[in-house]
Amino acid sequence: MQRAGPPVLECTALRKRFGDLLAVDGVGFTIAGGETYGLLGPNGAGKTTTISMVCGLLERDGGTVTVAGRPMTTRSVEAKAAIGYIPQELAIYPDLTARENLAFFARLYGLPRAAVSTRVAEVLDVIGLADRAGDRASEFSGGMKRRLNIGIGLLHRPRLLVLDEPTAGVDPQSRNSILGSIEELSDSGMAVLYTTHYMEEAERLCDRVGIIDGGQLKAEGTRRELVALVGETDRVRLSAAGELEAGLAACLVLPSVREASRHDDGLDLLVDGAAAALPGLLAALGAAGVTVRSVDVAEPNLEAVFLHLTGRALRD
Amino acid sequence: MRAALLIAGKDLRERLRDRSAILIAVVVPLALAAIFSLTLHDVTSGSITFEYALADEDAGPVATAFREDVLGELERDGLVDLTVASTAAEARTLAERDAVGAAFVLPAGLSAAVASGRPATLSVIGSADAPIAAQVAGSIADGFVAELNAVRLAVATAIASDGGVTDRAALAAAAAATPRPIEIRDVSVERRELDTETFYAAGMAVFFLFFTVQFGITSLLDERRDGTLWRLVAAPIARSSILGGKLLTSFALGLASMVVLVVTTSLTLGAEWGDPAGVALVLLAGVLAATGVMALIATIAKTAEQAGYAQAVAALTLGLLGGAFFPVARVGGAIATLSLLTPHAWFLRGLGELAGGDGPWAVLPAVGAMLAFAAVTGGVALLRLGRMVEP
Repeated sequence: MQRAGPPVLECTALRKRFGDLLAVDGVGFTIAGGETYGLLGPNGAGKTTTISMVCGLLERDGGTVTVAGRPMTTRSVEAKAAIGYIPQELAIYPDLTARENLAFFARLYGLPRAAVSTRVAEVLDVIGLADRAGDRASEFSGGMKRRLNIGIGLLHRPRLLVLDEPTAGVDPQSRNSILGSIEELSDSGMAVLYTTHYMEEAERLCDRVGIIDGGQLKAEGTRRELVALVGETDRVRLSAAGELEAGLAACLVLPSVREASRHDDGLDLLVDGAAAALPGLLAALGAAGVTVRSVDVAEPNLEAVFLHLTGRALRD
Repeated sequence: MRAALLIAGKDLRERLRDRSAILIAVVVPLALAAIFSLTLHDVTSGSITFEYALADEDAGPVATAFREDVLGELERDGLVDLTVASTAAEARTLAERDAVGAAFVLPAGLSAAVASGRPATLSVIGSADAPIAAQVAGSIADGFVAELNAVRLAVATAIASDGGVTDRAALAAAAAATPRPIEIRDVSVERRELDTETFYAAGMAVFFLFFTVQFGITSLLDERRDGTLWRLVAAPIARSSILGGKLLTSFALGLASMVVLVVTTSLTLGAEWGDPAGVALVLLAGVLAATGVMALIATIAKTAEQAGYAQAVAALTLGLLGGAFFPVARVGGAIATLSLLTPHAWFLRGLGELAGGDGPWAVLPAVGAMLAFAAVTGGVALLRLGRMVEP
């Protein structure tokens, strides 16, 4: 759900160089309250460097960042107080209990001593660790540690929640729980900046998505707006046997076929107007000696958009 | 400051749950101090007793003087346990069988020979298995012979200058009784040296202090490795608060361990640290110096593991050179001078001044030296620490 209102985060023309590598080049976007914005890109695209500059962890070489109307630098205190940062790696103290971890960060973020225990109890409820509050974090499962890691970012009720690939290495059940929590937070009016290289997560969570690759924001918009960039191209997956190489060549000469590649059990195609093109496509394959066992047609998604914009897959 | 205190409080809570910190800070130094004190007490405190045999075949005044005035006095002081042998052969046998550390043989005619100015011999037979006892026996005999020669020279000089001298024995007695014109007393060593228990308590305390303080500052590298540092950097606090918290942790751990060790070694080992105000000044300066040195080393390392190795090497080298295990000041020369390049030597020197009975102001030079160490190393460390909180 996209929200209106003044932006909680505004960043323009962000630029960061590490030696010869221009890691981020001219990235800019805004996020409004209650809006979830996803930065979608493969590993090394510049996602973490971008959010490191947004959160004031890293000096930027160029550009501006404003959080809740306050300029962000590495020395900003007020701007940082408006952000809940949840790093990709688990950032908790294993020798402290869940309650001690939360209480420490609550006080570090300036919560009054009297309010700390109440707020810590609330967050323990939100992340489902109330019954394990007195246990050391080292005794937790991976999923519980992830939830504690997220809970720390929520303590001070930030205006902007920044999550750097929070589901990396998480089991499907915990992932679903984490995504559900983020949806609830967004619904409560919090602005969310979410980085991921999982297309499915971006499609599920994000009101708007910025596609980033090679340090540059290639495109941004709602899912509908981004898919429109690809046009009426559908993904067609064929399970087939026989002369697959000849079939591949036969497909590529058809005007409706944009791209074609082999997979273990058949062929993957990007086809303009699949519904209309499919009869001719099957006829060409049959003539090339390919026996088609099944056909799966998928509408364009962000994966296809990324492929369209960068010429390679998200997980390349 | 509030954020620094929060971070230090969190670190201290973690360290208290980590038994290794308590082991390094208190248990190991206390145990080693106890072991060293118990095993080396006799050697370093001067209460060792040498066993000697004496065969007096002369029985004249010179032999009597050696037996009664020299060996007798040492025996009364508890430094010598004397066995009287009836013959030279028996004394030799006692030494050869290692029943004694050395045997003195005063041959018949010794006193007559000395009185008449003829050559005389005082034999010392050392045990092959007790070289130190034999060396000490040789020194005792040398001292006595030197005294005899001095008297003989005085008598000879008197006779040569005044032909009227007739009573040589009275002259010799007068010469022997003449006070020495110059007497050397090593007052400085007596005043500045700690007793065995205090020395090892202080030595182990300052040696392990350098390992203890590293738990604070090195945790910055641990936090960097574990990712929690970025969470601290993202928090609305100054980066200097993070560094301040870590330094505060080092200082608090070091000071707590030192106070615990001072109290426990006083109660259990009988260590006498001296005037409390002076001890407090020495402890504070020592902890600051250790924190500065270890912080500087931590800034050179890229990982906690690297820092741990480098700090261990530095702590060991400085501890050995600084005299934490043995009093290098006694060795003298270049080593004693080099030891002054370590905070350990100044720490022990400061406590030594207190052991001499002086008031707390006596520690000020040592405290000043340690504060200089703290200022130089800590200052450079602070200049370099900033890079440790950069992603």
